[in-house]
Amino acid sequence: MTALADRPATPTRRRGDRGARTLASRFLGYAILVFFSLVFLYPFVIQIGNSLKTEPDAAANPLSPIPDQVVLDGFVRIFTGTNFPVWLGNSLLVTLVATTGRVFFCSLAGYALARLRFRGRSGLFAAVIAVMAVPGVVLLIPKFLVLNQLGIYNSYAGLIVPLLADAAGVFIMKQFFESIPVSVEEAARIDGASIFRTYWSVVLPMAKPALITLTILSFQGTWNEFPHSLVSVQDPNLFTLPRGLADLVSGSLGKGTQYPLKLGAALLATIPVAIIFVFFQRYFVRDANEGADKG
Amino acid sequence: MATNVLAGAATATGGPGDGRRRGGRGVRANENIAGWLFVAPVIVILGLFLLLPILMALWVSLTDWNGQGSPFTSQVPFVGTDNYTRLFTEDGLDRRDFMTAIRNNIYYVALVVPTQTVLALGLALVVNNRLLKGKSFFRTAFYFPSVTSSVAISVVFLFLFANSGAVNGLLRMFGISGPQWFADSRGVLHLLLGVVGVDSPPAALTQGGPLGLTWWEWLSGPSVAMMSIISLVVWTTSGTFMLMFLAALQNVPVTLEEASTLDGASRWQRFRHVTLPMIKPTTFLVLTLGLIGSWQVFDQVYVMSQGDPAKTTVTPAYLSYRTAFRDFDYGSGAAISFVLFLIIIVLTLVQRRVMADRDPDRPRWGRRRRRVSEGAAK
Repeated sequence: MTALADRPATPTRRRGDRGARTLASRFLGYAILVFFSLVFLYPFVIQIGNSLKTEPDAAANPLSPIPDQVVLDGFVRIFTGTNFPVWLGNSLLVTLVATTGRVFFCSLAGYALARLRFRGRSGLFAAVIAVMAVPGVVLLIPKFLVLNQLGIYNSYAGLIVPLLADAAGVFIMKQFFESIPVSVEEAARIDGASIFRTYWSVVLPMAKPALITLTILSFQGTWNEFPHSLVSVQDPNLFTLPRGLADLVSGSLGKGTQYPLKLGAALLATIPVAIIFVFFQRYFVRDANEGADKG
Repeated sequence: MATNVLAGAATATGGPGDGRRRGGRGVRANENIAGWLFVAPVIVILGLFLLLPILMALWVSLTDWNGQGSPFTSQVPFVGTDNYTRLFTEDGLDRRDFMTAIRNNIYYVALVVPTQTVLALGLALVVNNRLLKGKSFFRTAFYFPSVTSSVAISVVFLFLFANSGAVNGLLRMFGISGPQWFADSRGVLHLLLGVVGVDSPPAALTQGGPLGLTWWEWLSGPSVAMMSIISLVVWTTSGTFMLMFLAALQNVPVTLEEASTLDGASRWQRFRHVTLPMIKPTTFLVLTLGLIGSWQVFDQVYVMSQGDPAKTTVTPAYLSYRTAFRDFDYGSGAAISFVLFLIIIVLTLVQRRVMADRDPDRPRWGRRRRRVSEGAAK
């Protein structure tokens, strides 16, 4: 705006040029941003729109987000014609238990690695770092082998227990505990509090931001977890949402493409993470944006 | 405070004698036990479901186990390194499939990594522009796909790339009739050669070639079906990497850019000679994380194409799964996993080595920082 107002009044040619160029680059900048916002968000708009369409409508006008007429057939059939409610229940159970376990166990281990002096600590931390580099996809067969050998293949135990700890969580907690001052816990310890009590009532309350970050990352990770559920269970009654969705796509539905139904089921699986993302966004972007100015 | 410094020094030198001395110290007396108790749950879980399985799989990769009973009995035939040599040296279907998977993944990496890096950097540069408002909205919009479920988003992209889907609808608006994405096994490079008139492979390229595939097959490029998976992955990961670039760009001092502008640098020169060198560590991080990540593509392949058409979307990760769980050849599947493991570990080690060299302040294995704080305490 200011550039526009300045322009006729500018005494020299140079300044006028610069004003025009600023305006042009600002316009170009917004054009790029809007274009890519469409690229990144429009698929979700299409998903919502088409989940409310009839099947012929979705096939005829896939680009349009607005249904000819809004029908809830897809959603009704998700709940009556598929195992979706079971998958949803399993996903909730797995996510709740695994997230709770991860936050507790990772903070315990992170605290010990950051603060307690015990023999083998640095070796252990090196092991945690090394384990972080192990890619999940090469563990598909190994995990199946161990679950099978332990007799917990195809059970809730097999689905949940391996998700109860992860090395990255330990790392995050350790880094955080190292950043808070040691004096408060020293005081508690000298007053005679046990180590666990110091950790539980003095340190954990101070670690709230890290605990929230870890909770959110664990929630997102376990809610979306697919490969593990693929190799730990085969009974459809033990499927989590991603596993169930994958099963829908690979043709357990019978006739037709049934895109409204599939898109609706995928939408329902996305909503919890989307809500958490919107409300706790700063915890998702925490690490990447350290020291960033308010945009 | 004094005890703390002493204890810190004791750990830093780390001899067994120091440990005993530490054990006798009042407040810290039971830290040895407590420390191990605190880390025990994590050790048990990671040990049981990460380290032990790797060792078990290593054993299975040396056998012909078919999934029946336990792989650790004497009935299971031990075949030595056969499963590995079949992937590399013996001409046959196993090597063909494996090399096809490697080829597919190489093209996938070659397209995904540069595209997502350039896109992420470009978006970060625009979002970081001080003249523009609404940064946080755009940042959120670009990042959102990264946090959603890979399976759910694959379902959406299956619809977008369906024969009568949104992408082909969009292409039709420009008068282009789109391909049948997930049925099209033609390689993109072959198609491009077709455009310039090379319709059939030159005889020289169909005769022989390394590792069981002909030269013509090696030079196929990613298939049309693979292109849709590539676009999905670029679409989901660019947001994460954009955030990394954004954080790096915000650490570039404004004064430096202003100084270069006063010196008469053009916008491109400023980007090329001021900004780019300043964010070099982040660029390297993004490139290597991309390299490491794109050898692990699995979920999207499983949901969208199951390796079809004509095996042109099979990746080593998916091939290892399919060999084990569909063909019940667990030995071969595990062997493929380990080769993939090796590829990824090598990439990771290179990354960590170079990052540690570039960024000397970064705590490496946790020792460096302690030494620094110990020095400060003294």
